[in-house]
Amino acid sequence: MGGLQKKKYERGSATNYITRNKARKKLQLSLADFRRLCILKGIYPHEPKHKKKVNKGSTAPRTFYLLKDIRFLLHEPIVRKFREYKVFVRKLRKAYGKAEWTAVERLRDNKPGYKLDHIIKERYPTFIDALRDIDDALSMCFLFSTFARTGKCHVQTITLCRRLTVEWMNYVVTSRSLRKVFISIKGIYYQAEVLGQLITWLVPYQFAHDHPTDVDYRVMATFTEMYTTLFGFINFRLYQTLNLVYPPKVTQHEKLNRWVSCSLQKLSALSASLARVVATAEEEEENQLDQFPADGEDLENMEAREKEQKEQEAQNRLFEGLKFFLNREVPRESLAFILRCFGAEVSWDKSLCIGGTYNVTDETITHQIVDRPDIDKQYINRYYIQPQWVFDSVNAKMRLPVEDYFLGVTLPPHLSPFVEEKDGDYVPPEKLKLMALQRGEKHGKIQEEEEDDDDDDDDEEYNDEVDDEDLTEEKNLKKMEDQRSQGKQTLAVKVTPGKVKPWETGSVGNKVRLEKEEKAEEKRLAIMMMKKKEKYLYDKIMFGKKRTTREVSACAFLVYLFYIDDVIVRLNYYRSFRLKKQPEN
Amino acid sequence: MGTVCVGGVYPAGCEKKRDTAAHSLLIGSGRGVFIEITHRCSPTLKWLTTSESFQLSRVCDIRNTVGNVPMEWYQDYPHIGYNLDGKKIFKPIRNKDELDEFLDKMENPDYWRTVHDKTTASDIRLTDEQVDLVHRLQKGQFGDVNFNEYEPSVDFFTNEVMIHPVTNRPQDKRSFIPSLIEKEKVSKLVHAIKMGWIKPRKPKETTPQYYDLWAKEDPNAILGRHKMHVPAPKMRLPGHEESYNPPPEYLLTEEERLVWEQQDAEDRKLPFLPQKHSCLRAVPAFSRFIHERFERCLDLYLCPRQRKMRVNVNPEDLIPKLPKPKDLQPFPTTMSLVYRGHTSLVRSISASPTGQWLVSGSDDFTVRFWEVNTGRCMKTLEVGGAVKSVAWNPNPAVCLVAVCFERTVLLLNPSLGDRLVVSSTDQLITAYEPPEEDKEQAVTWALSEGLEHNMGHRLTLTHPKAVKQVVWHGKGDYLSSVMPDNSSNLQVLIHQVSKRRTQNPFRKNKGLVQCVSFHPLRPYFFVATQRYVRVYNLIKQELTKKLMTNCKWISSMAIHPGGDNLICGSYDCRLAWFDLDLSTKPYKMLRHHKKALRGVAYHRNYPLFASGADDGSVIVCHGMVYNDLLQNPLIVPVKVLKGHQITHDLGVLDVTFHPTQPWVFSSGADTTIRLFT
Repeated sequence: MGGLQKKKYERGSATNYITRNKARKKLQLSLADFRRLCILKGIYPHEPKHKKKVNKGSTAPRTFYLLKDIRFLLHEPIVRKFREYKVFVRKLRKAYGKAEWTAVERLRDNKPGYKLDHIIKERYPTFIDALRDIDDALSMCFLFSTFARTGKCHVQTITLCRRLTVEWMNYVVTSRSLRKVFISIKGIYYQAEVLGQLITWLVPYQFAHDHPTDVDYRVMATFTEMYTTLFGFINFRLYQTLNLVYPPKVTQHEKLNRWVSCSLQKLSALSASLARVVATAEEEEENQLDQFPADGEDLENMEAREKEQKEQEAQNRLFEGLKFFLNREVPRESLAFILRCFGAEVSWDKSLCIGGTYNVTDETITHQIVDRPDIDKQYINRYYIQPQWVFDSVNAKMRLPVEDYFLGVTLPPHLSPFVEEKDGDYVPPEKLKLMALQRGEKHGKIQEEEEDDDDDDDDEEYNDEVDDEDLTEEKNLKKMEDQRSQGKQTLAVKVTPGKVKPWETGSVGNKVRLEKEEKAEEKRLAIMMMKKKEKYLYDKIMFGKKRTTREVSACAFLVYLFYIDDVIVRLNYYRSFRLKKQPEN
Repeated sequence: MGTVCVGGVYPAGCEKKRDTAAHSLLIGSGRGVFIEITHRCSPTLKWLTTSESFQLSRVCDIRNTVGNVPMEWYQDYPHIGYNLDGKKIFKPIRNKDELDEFLDKMENPDYWRTVHDKTTASDIRLTDEQVDLVHRLQKGQFGDVNFNEYEPSVDFFTNEVMIHPVTNRPQDKRSFIPSLIEKEKVSKLVHAIKMGWIKPRKPKETTPQYYDLWAKEDPNAILGRHKMHVPAPKMRLPGHEESYNPPPEYLLTEEERLVWEQQDAEDRKLPFLPQKHSCLRAVPAFSRFIHERFERCLDLYLCPRQRKMRVNVNPEDLIPKLPKPKDLQPFPTTMSLVYRGHTSLVRSISASPTGQWLVSGSDDFTVRFWEVNTGRCMKTLEVGGAVKSVAWNPNPAVCLVAVCFERTVLLLNPSLGDRLVVSSTDQLITAYEPPEEDKEQAVTWALSEGLEHNMGHRLTLTHPKAVKQVVWHGKGDYLSSVMPDNSSNLQVLIHQVSKRRTQNPFRKNKGLVQCVSFHPLRPYFFVATQRYVRVYNLIKQELTKKLMTNCKWISSMAIHPGGDNLICGSYDCRLAWFDLDLSTKPYKMLRHHKKALRGVAYHRNYPLFASGADDGSVIVCHGMVYNDLLQNPLIVPVKVLKGHQITHDLGVLDVTFHPTQPWVFSSGADTTIRLFT
């Protein structure tokens, strides 16, 4: 019979993918080298649409790479370097075994190395691409720079990471591009806006690491190798944009610590400004937005942009003119970094670290940051505040009232600046308070009323969404709460009178209600006619929506309780409420 | 000091030797000696220098020759030694006492340079040179003014000068002929270099580690793969609950915490426990920091990436746009009448063709006749069993009601409505003439007489098995009854009332028959078994169609008065709408009810159909069928009617439409019949 028989799996998606093992064999690399190559070149597995087809009928779990990717790896010069290194290691071992020390020395002299510059250039053809991908690099380098010399990685890597991170921090300080900071239980999050890109990184607290045993440090080291290369190039470019010397130098006119020769230490103190390639005036003239004749929406956009820029400038000058002194128990580096980013002068005890510019006894200090319950000798002309004030002020883009942050005062909750509440999401009351402050409302006794108002509004908002049952329940609880606050009576369970249905009363005002109900029924009927697939999706969406409203209403209810009584009582009440609620849910 | 002992008598020519001895003594002696000298006169001092001794001899020429012996030995003698001539040297007559000493000190200007010589017992005044010498010694300098202490040293054994050989061995031969081993080694190295095995040391790289990599941004460098690249999602930004000092509502309660701890890591909503610390100082290190970083690394290079279109639909858009029920009026909207009277659940209802009366059969062994408009119970008939089904003859010229209970199908004349019709019906029944040949029939026909006749009974059909359903043909002459039985072919019987004839149309058993129905216009007969509806042509006596309902168990069936559409209700909450011209599969499946459907009905005139279910609701749908075949039928639910109470998990048992008005009747397990208008 005519025609060749078509064989299965020789066309289509089966030929576009390759399993990991096959790819490894094709490249003639060991698994470790393959892994390293994938990390360096940024090759990741792909999930085929029809796994069974790609897997040639089998359903065994396999990782698939795109065949194109693997072909792309074939021409990578670094693969040859890997092999060379392997040969080098073998020769060296042999020479050691034979105790041929001249040979060892000779081999050592010609140790093959490789550079990742071309890979970086290839992966990130433009600078902005590279900058966009720097989040992980920053976090990783900050982590590695805190490692001790424990043999988990090379000491050179640690020092390089430290150097790069210090350079980065100095850049952020000089460009004043820090935007948000957040103290979490994991570490401190920073967010900077560099050339229009939001870059977030996490810095662990300064403690010795308890190195876990189930972590493969080789993988981490390979990533760090790539990241340090990338990071260094980015730093270079960033310093260039600011007209700064790279590698950075401290400006000469500030001869603070002449006896310290180590420039890295000096840099890491973050107290001195950097040397510039071309000496410019200290006051940099901000680029003014040019005025274009515009109308309608463009004009509005322009105005909005201008306003935004003004706000940004105001934030950058947040701490300008203030003089801070850091006590020895506060995290020096992070605070010095943040304060310097917003234009404050900062110093610390000389015995703590180099780079302190003035003493505790300086009379011009305006704020002293202290993290202990009390301090013996206090100066009358400065505020003694807890470190959270700095973080909260930065996030609020304004100097918050210092009263809440005095020594020994219970701190207000520290909120995440990264949360942007959408409609229907739960907004903590502290945030509402802060927003009111930002709008310029007064802080004081009036605020209590406002909060109540806010709260009422909230109640109404979510009451609309919450089912009727919930509403009555809510009211019950409210009543109970009122009783409690008034006379501390025992909580008596009451039955609320049932609602009178509108069509039975037949009053004029119910017309609207009737219409509403009609609409609701219409909707219900239409939902009945939905296709099965759409119905499933619809139910899923509605389930998610309902869950968020439920959570929000639970939280908002708690907050309502919080305003009634003082903290401890409300907490206890809240606990008991939640505990009571649990079994029902 | 005692090391140098000079003999008692010196020859005159020995001056020089003594001198050197004195010299060496000075070199070897320590500093302490000279301090002593300044205060008290030492016996050795006279040997200091040649010139001094000459001076001394010139002044008094007394030399004691006893040598260096303690002078205490001469304490008891008048002399203290002997001079050069061997004569005794006598002690002075009077020793100087303290006072003399003091006076001397006061008066004598040279006292400071006067030294007492014990050996001669005389005072010696030191010359200027001697004083100078003493001063120099006190400073730690050499006594000799001309002595150069920094003379260049003369090397006699260095790497250059070796005036003494180390060994006296003569040189080997091998030390002056070239080495073979070295030659071999060198040749090996030369060979290795020639072969390129040994490479010269690489020159150090001079390019800096970092430079401006993106100095020339090449637009051609952006390849296709960059466009295909799926960037890894960024790390999730922290929420309020991750704060070191979160608002209290974000903290977990004791129970929630326990639940969190017992959950698997994948199931947890939060990967960490929210914690509250009173101050920044109290915040500990995060124990899983390195883990999280590592997991992120693994995600970056091991996680398969796929572009996923996020479903960003407005749920409102998913709801189909249907015509407003208002525009589809008339349809029943409100419950207007409740017919009460039955004491047990009402299984079946049927409306008279005029629409004036309603008959209902119940489990309380009664059949009741109601006036529709008033809700009045006109008649109650006791029958001998729970009534399974009632059916009013659809022919308006005949007033007959078929009632089935147990094994009996009863034909009743309710004597309601037009007298003429009632009497003509009676005439119709009595006009029967038995045929000549009496055929053996499956059922026995019996004419009621006497009391029963007065009650309205006309004919009694006794079946061999329990009857479940009776249905009239549209003309009103034929009647079908269903006796569900899985094991025989005797399940469906068709009776002709005018001829009192019964026939069994099926030779084979095709499954448990649920319900049957006549086609309203054509000679078709519908038989619903558990899962299929079979359509038979009664004239040709053949199977025309087999409809797959996709239901598990059909409960009820209704046919559109046009005869083109059919609806099937099933116990698995579905209602299947068939278009008989189109396909044997349902055109539409409606899952409106939450529980099993018990009854379905079409309206005779209006495009409405209704279904009643165990959830106590009757759903009325607008089911418009167009004459234009291209237009799809429009099926819209228009009203959910609620009213029946659910008793023993049963809600609505039967629904039927009013023959002329857009009203629907429903009978329920709560013993009532309701009219929705």
